[in-house]
Amino acid sequence: MGGQVERWQYLNPGKTLAETLDISHTTLLYVEGVTVSFDGFRALNDLSFYVDVGELRCVIGPNGAGKTTMMDVVTGKTRPDQGFVFFGQSINLLELDEPRIAQAGIGRKFQKPTVFEQHAVTENLELAMAGDKRVWPTFRARLSGEQRDRIDEVLTIVGLTEQARRPAGALSHGQKQWLEIGMLLMQNPLLLLVDEPVAGMTHQEMDRTAELLLSLEGKHSVVVVEHDMDFVRSIAKRVTVLHQGAVLAEGSMDEVQHDPRVVEVYLGE
Amino acid sequence: MSIANALRGDTGGQVMLSVLLVVTILVPVLNLAVPETSMWHVSTYTLTLLGKYLSFALLAVAVDLVWGYLGILSLGHGAFFALGGYAMGMYLMRQVGDRGVYGNPDLPDFMVFLNWQELPWFWHGFDLFWFAVLMAVLVPGVLAYLFGWLAFRSRVTGVYLSIITQALTYALMLAFFRNEMGFGGNNGLTDFKDLLGFDLQSDVTRNGLFIASAAALALGYLACRIIVDSRLGRVAVAIRDAESRTRFIGYRVERIKAAIFGFSAMLAGLAGALYVPQVGIINPGEFSPLNSIELVIWVAVGGRATLYGAVVGAILVNYGKTAFTGIFPEAWLFALGALFVLVTLFLPRGIAGLRLPRRAG
Repeated sequence: MGGQVERWQYLNPGKTLAETLDISHTTLLYVEGVTVSFDGFRALNDLSFYVDVGELRCVIGPNGAGKTTMMDVVTGKTRPDQGFVFFGQSINLLELDEPRIAQAGIGRKFQKPTVFEQHAVTENLELAMAGDKRVWPTFRARLSGEQRDRIDEVLTIVGLTEQARRPAGALSHGQKQWLEIGMLLMQNPLLLLVDEPVAGMTHQEMDRTAELLLSLEGKHSVVVVEHDMDFVRSIAKRVTVLHQGAVLAEGSMDEVQHDPRVVEVYLGE
Repeated sequence: MSIANALRGDTGGQVMLSVLLVVTILVPVLNLAVPETSMWHVSTYTLTLLGKYLSFALLAVAVDLVWGYLGILSLGHGAFFALGGYAMGMYLMRQVGDRGVYGNPDLPDFMVFLNWQELPWFWHGFDLFWFAVLMAVLVPGVLAYLFGWLAFRSRVTGVYLSIITQALTYALMLAFFRNEMGFGGNNGLTDFKDLLGFDLQSDVTRNGLFIASAAALALGYLACRIIVDSRLGRVAVAIRDAESRTRFIGYRVERIKAAIFGFSAMLAGLAGALYVPQVGIINPGEFSPLNSIELVIWVAVGGRATLYGAVVGAILVNYGKTAFTGIFPEAWLFALGALFVLVTLFLPRGIAGLRLPRRAG
């Protein structure tokens, strides 16, 4: 663990991981030549993939294309057999574990919404809030007025102001998804990885989610993995198509849709 | 944070601590000031029994902190309790001085019996009360922290963790059985004479130990309540309910778990240190895996994740044990097992779940 970044941290005394981030080349995330095998099955096969600062990117692909595995690699859940994953120019994500990657500024929403069901909506946001998350500072932590305002602001963004005091377990499926996105926002991440945000949502809820994700563009880089093509069309500027663990095509929604290889993959199913 | 603040909204805790306060004042008065002939007299035997229950209640609170709020089902908390008990026992052995059977002023009896010439290095310092108390808390705390850190770092959770905590207490039991360990082997430590110069057999000392146990329980309870009400406590519940999510929002789960586990073991050690002078003996049997399982049942009966439920459960089950073993000593384990099954089936939230709404899940 620890690794390069920690070892050289003395050159940047007092700087947190997020502050050592170098994005001078406007690319925020570098995934290069990454291969992941599970029992001989190659979930990712020499995958290379880049995300720019402030970009909203959609990732599509048939089942088993490696979309979720790609997120697992970026967030430290799965270690690749080969390849590099860098956050900015200087932070090697393969040397960090999940909490450190989160602290460096990468937030993740899971496919299945996971919120802390026993806690109130505000408490969920409070726990996710960026800050010193070591044991003693967490024990001593009190919400400042500024932090309360930030929680209220995020509640408004995700539209859960009226549910603020309810336990998260009492929310509807769609509301849980929004709460989870709200939790990501509290972390103040530079990069949000959002796995199937509209699965199981009504059309109305989908529209709201699309609005929400579009409003994040520019302030954060957002990578959305989604199956629902209508939804992708409604938000996407650039789309990456994964197939068998590698990038099959990349471009605007129109370009991608008319790419014969993409058509073949989707029709071939 | 003031005590009033810590207890705001904790109705169960307020009731429990109020009852504890009344009992702590009343029982010594009824023991010392009321003549033995009166029906209101509380015998020293009963007083000591109650003091023992109070030390068990503190142990149960320690277990509830990690089981109820952090989701760690520790089946080894008896080990931390016993280690605290041994630290206190070592102090009490040193206080015996030359009043032992062999009259050796430098060595406890069992060392003379084993033909040891000098005190082992780890016995040094235990002639000082403050050092013994410090060790009673620190040794279990540090052991639990290191053990927990290694286990949690390797992401050992659930039933696997329960099994290795059980193995921990079993291994310690086997080790403490050995004479070479220097803790009195099979017989453990006993024949204590006095504590801080007070005769352990005297009523005044017994009352003092009873009050000390009650005070330790109250303080331990408040400390745990403050922890579970803090953001750290909310993170603990978050870990219990969705561990990997907690990791992905940037908490170093293994450190938080190890820290709370260590603190809980410190409370267990303190409980052990209060228990030993009241019962007058500590031996490797206290490390028995069965003890650790039994105390989980106290918490289950009282109600998990309430803290005060643990106190109620520990006292009731132990009262039941005292009464039951007086009538049917062989059947106690069956009764305990049946109790656990019944509580799990019909009272999943324990006695505390009967009327008071639960806090923080």
